[in-house]
Amino acid sequence: MNDAAPRSREAIPRIARLYRFQWEPVQNAYVLLFPEGMVNLNVTAGEILRRCNDQDSAALIIADLQRVFEADDIGPEIDEFLQSAAQNGWIEWRDPVAS
Amino acid sequence: MSAVLQSAPIPLWLVAELTYKCPLHCPFCSNPVDFAANQTELSTAEWCRVLQQARALGAVQLGLTGGEPLSRPDLHELVAEARRLGFYSNLITSGVGLNETRIRALKDAGLDHIQLSFQDSTRELNDFLSSTRTFELKRRIAALIKSHGFPMVMNCVIHRLNIDHVERIIDLALEIGAEYLELANTQFYGWAHLNREHLIPSREQLGRAEAVVAAYRQKIGDRLRILYVISDYYETRPKRCMNGWGTTFIVVTPDGTALPCHAARVLPGIEFPSVRSTSVQDLWLNSPAFNRFRGDAWMPEPCRSCPEKSQDLGGCRCQAWLLTGVVDATDPVCDKSPQHGRVVEIIRRRHSDERIVPLVFRSPESSIQLLNRAAVPPGG
Repeated sequence: MNDAAPRSREAIPRIARLYRFQWEPVQNAYVLLFPEGMVNLNVTAGEILRRCNDQDSAALIIADLQRVFEADDIGPEIDEFLQSAAQNGWIEWRDPVAS
Repeated sequence: MSAVLQSAPIPLWLVAELTYKCPLHCPFCSNPVDFAANQTELSTAEWCRVLQQARALGAVQLGLTGGEPLSRPDLHELVAEARRLGFYSNLITSGVGLNETRIRALKDAGLDHIQLSFQDSTRELNDFLSSTRTFELKRRIAALIKSHGFPMVMNCVIHRLNIDHVERIIDLALEIGAEYLELANTQFYGWAHLNREHLIPSREQLGRAEAVVAAYRQKIGDRLRILYVISDYYETRPKRCMNGWGTTFIVVTPDGTALPCHAARVLPGIEFPSVRSTSVQDLWLNSPAFNRFRGDAWMPEPCRSCPEKSQDLGGCRCQAWLLTGVVDATDPVCDKSPQHGRVVEIIRRRHSDERIVPLVFRSPESSIQLLNRAAVPPGG
């Protein structure tokens, strides 16, 4: 499946195998670590990726962030970020398992 | 967190040279030629203390290198401590010494990534340059690394003798399933500096290699990311060496000497601190050695008034010393340097066929011979 293509909000993102996502206290920021490199994340990117836990759908992540940031209109921005994160190879998608 | 730490640079990278022992004998090794003089390696407990202290300062990338780091039987213990502390650990290896038991122990300890070196894409040249029969072994090790799910970087140092194989080197990286390929033009320090005239490629070779890399990048996209390290002798501006002295990297040598870069020990008149007697925080923040080339107050002309000084930071101090005999000089790769002619002359000599010395393979024996001779004088 092409991870860079726009996905339904029911799809579930997780941090890609090549990357490790963690909080760096000295930098006071979340980072993505990969072989011999690091991506510094701003607050928004960190809060989105923190929720890419292989359990919650994009829809759930968006709803949660809307509640936390008290902003109802940030859905499209989060969609856009997730799409570019997939293009960069930071996250992978899986489809929800039918229950 | 203290105010001091917030205003100071963070040493994001800790390069741990665990040992100078190495089964390979590559004539372009970046280790110092006098490595045989350094016999006492840090203990497991000493390395763990260094990891703890560096991590508290904000170090997050850990390079486990050498020599051959697999020569250390306690490697998995160091990896486990690194993982516990939150480092991203990179094992930089020739692959020699890796087997099912050890790779499992490293996986269990939390190793994040393995960088595997090849010396060439052909058995003949790989085995000649490393002075070992390791090409087929390295291919098996690559498969072992993949079967354990590690991200893998294939590294190949390139130079006059193998640069024309760049296409096949990329094919090899694709074949073994590497996620990244580091094509690193030789940087001329240590053994590579000693063997410089054998290793400098021609401008035509470089041009062809760069065209091959560009074509492959178009063709293969993200399947394999190719990192191409340029050959700076052919540039007209110097590299921003180690991202700036004392800004990002701490290299700790097998005997515990802390350096701002792999090669800095060659620089005269600078006393480099030891992790045995100084804490990592103290040596990073306060040692004269790490402060020596921070900022731009040390710069002579033409750097001092140069509009580009904040980009290249005056270039590489070791290169300035090796090529001009002056530690503070502008890196002579820069064509604004009054000594740029020395680099031009080195390239000219490479194109003539004057061979002054035979190729010297890295070994403890040659290291001792070189120690007993007068040191290679800088400026040449």
